[in-house]
Amino acid sequence: MKRVHHRYKNTIKGLLLATTSALVACSSGSSSSKPATQSGVSPQTMADALHAVMESDRTVYTKKVVNRLANEQNIIKASEHWEDDKALPLPAQMFRMGAEMVTEKNVGFTYGLLSKWPVNKQHAPKTDVEIRGLDFIDSNGGTTPFYGEEELGNQKYFTAIYADVGVATACVKCHNEHKDSPRTDFKIGDVMGGIVIRIPLNS
Amino acid sequence: MNSFLPWLLWIAVTIGLIVYFAFRLQSNDQSLFLPGPTTDGHYQIELDCQACHTPMMGIKEQACLDCHGADLEAANDSHPKNKFTDPRNADRLEKLDARKCITCHIEHRPDQTHEMGLTLPEDYCFHCHEEIAKERPSHENYGFQSCANAGCHNFHDNSALYEDFLLKHLDEPDFKPNVTLPPRRDLKAELQEDQLIEFFRPLTIADANHHENLESERSATIEDWANSSHARAGVNCTDCHATLSESGQTLWTDTVNHTGCRDCHENETKGWMKGRHGMRQSRHLAPMTLGQARLEMKPGRHHESLSCNSCHESHAFNSEKAAVTACISCHDDDHSRAYFQSPHYQLWQNQVSTPDQPETGVSCATCHLPRVSRQDPDGTVRFHIEHNQNWNLEPNEKMIRSVCLQCHGLQFSIDSLADPLLIRSNFLGRPSRHIESLELARRRIEKTQK
Repeated sequence: MKRVHHRYKNTIKGLLLATTSALVACSSGSSSSKPATQSGVSPQTMADALHAVMESDRTVYTKKVVNRLANEQNIIKASEHWEDDKALPLPAQMFRMGAEMVTEKNVGFTYGLLSKWPVNKQHAPKTDVEIRGLDFIDSNGGTTPFYGEEELGNQKYFTAIYADVGVATACVKCHNEHKDSPRTDFKIGDVMGGIVIRIPLNS
Repeated sequence: MNSFLPWLLWIAVTIGLIVYFAFRLQSNDQSLFLPGPTTDGHYQIELDCQACHTPMMGIKEQACLDCHGADLEAANDSHPKNKFTDPRNADRLEKLDARKCITCHIEHRPDQTHEMGLTLPEDYCFHCHEEIAKERPSHENYGFQSCANAGCHNFHDNSALYEDFLLKHLDEPDFKPNVTLPPRRDLKAELQEDQLIEFFRPLTIADANHHENLESERSATIEDWANSSHARAGVNCTDCHATLSESGQTLWTDTVNHTGCRDCHENETKGWMKGRHGMRQSRHLAPMTLGQARLEMKPGRHHESLSCNSCHESHAFNSEKAAVTACISCHDDDHSRAYFQSPHYQLWQNQVSTPDQPETGVSCATCHLPRVSRQDPDGTVRFHIEHNQNWNLEPNEKMIRSVCLQCHGLQFSIDSLADPLLIRSNFLGRPSRHIESLELARRRIEKTQK
């Protein structure tokens, strides 16, 4: 199901090649400089790599911090109002805070967490790619991510959507019991939403 | 020759105007370039154009955050910029670019300015929350212009209004029993052992290390100091009145301003410089005078300017006077005058007239310069007096958590702050308005639990 985006690859390769050539030209006086090899990272590869980091951190926080301390050892609560309640931030909040901090750094990509059954309705799929992507990952049980392209605010984006799976009791219990949750029958292993990564493309 | 005369005159007038405008541009008085009246929040610094504008009169967006950013963060801003920079919000930004403060708050437009300096039509929530009635059927009959002005929501600070907070405070009594207010700052607890030896050795008149030429008629001043909290805490004359010369020599100075106070009262001075009383000094402008106030002030004092000593008498530093008498000596509006008929004042009288009475009185400062706790990284909770009056004043729901809830229930607090007549009478009586938000929250939770 993975699609190869040659056009994106070529665009990024071209940019990297130009930059590398410029660096080589600047350092041409050095005898140790080696010829640049053509290399580059496709948006899909970059998104996959980013997702691997995000998913791992998210799983570690959910299982090893929240689920362990709040559900297994009953040491501290996890709460949506974690500052007022002197509690742990919920895994989704932890993820979102990181995403907002990344956005502020303006490093060329954005990410977020959406769901067809969102507790906060602002996090429901909205764009055509988001709607199709969440349906796609839900239909295949999260085995295969969705890749697409969309234009938002006169900017083209490569958009990748990965399944966000309930990995611990903390995930499904909280969503099933939350008063704003539109779905209350989640089980561990269910696709509960999707991680959306957007990488801007040169037109 | 006559044919050149108009040209010569035109050139002379043009040069004259250029010189005049160049001079005014460089001078301290830039009122000539004001495009229109400035809002209450900013008018005190309106002649310091560079506070908000670039040299070519563009708008420095960062200037808004430099002054208001920390407060927004502390209030857990419900609509921070980073919620709108996600590309999926691009369509919304076309309707309302919420990444920029000036989308909603444009200065110098008094004819378009609503409360809170808002210059948009008041139904702006519609742009993103058009379908709220689907999610919350109870909201179906509320107009979008009422979201932020009916005591239910704010755009930025909802820390006392969010649904789970309302649920946590259901069924509270209007008046909580056995209330005492937060303690005063305990400076002793904040100092290290060696500092404690230097400070907090109570001083007497004999210890005063004032300038040797101090005139004898100033003995009353020394007596005030000897009876003050400063003398009791070991703060001597030269701790405030000494200054260092360029050669490093310690010199006596008669003048002590806020920079001297800041050495020990850092948070208080910072707050004061952000508030209405000291904001001009933060921009290196001459101190505010009573004549510059837009609120009603006592007559005959228009030329008096503000400093720390305006409220805290120099040398006596009587905090009880600073908490009421100082305020009332200047402020002359309905709310201030009505204080002396209010139940809050009765409590204050009880406190100040009874020795060793616990902190149960409500002064002007209790609400407008509240004691705020802050937890240091080492876990120590410290209190300071927040001297920025606007910190919890506008929108007034900001006062609920920092002040009202200490003594009152949430429903009573929200209702009271939504009643302009009750505010004008300084809370003499009960609120005539009733805000439904707690009931809506209760009904919804009961429905979801069924």
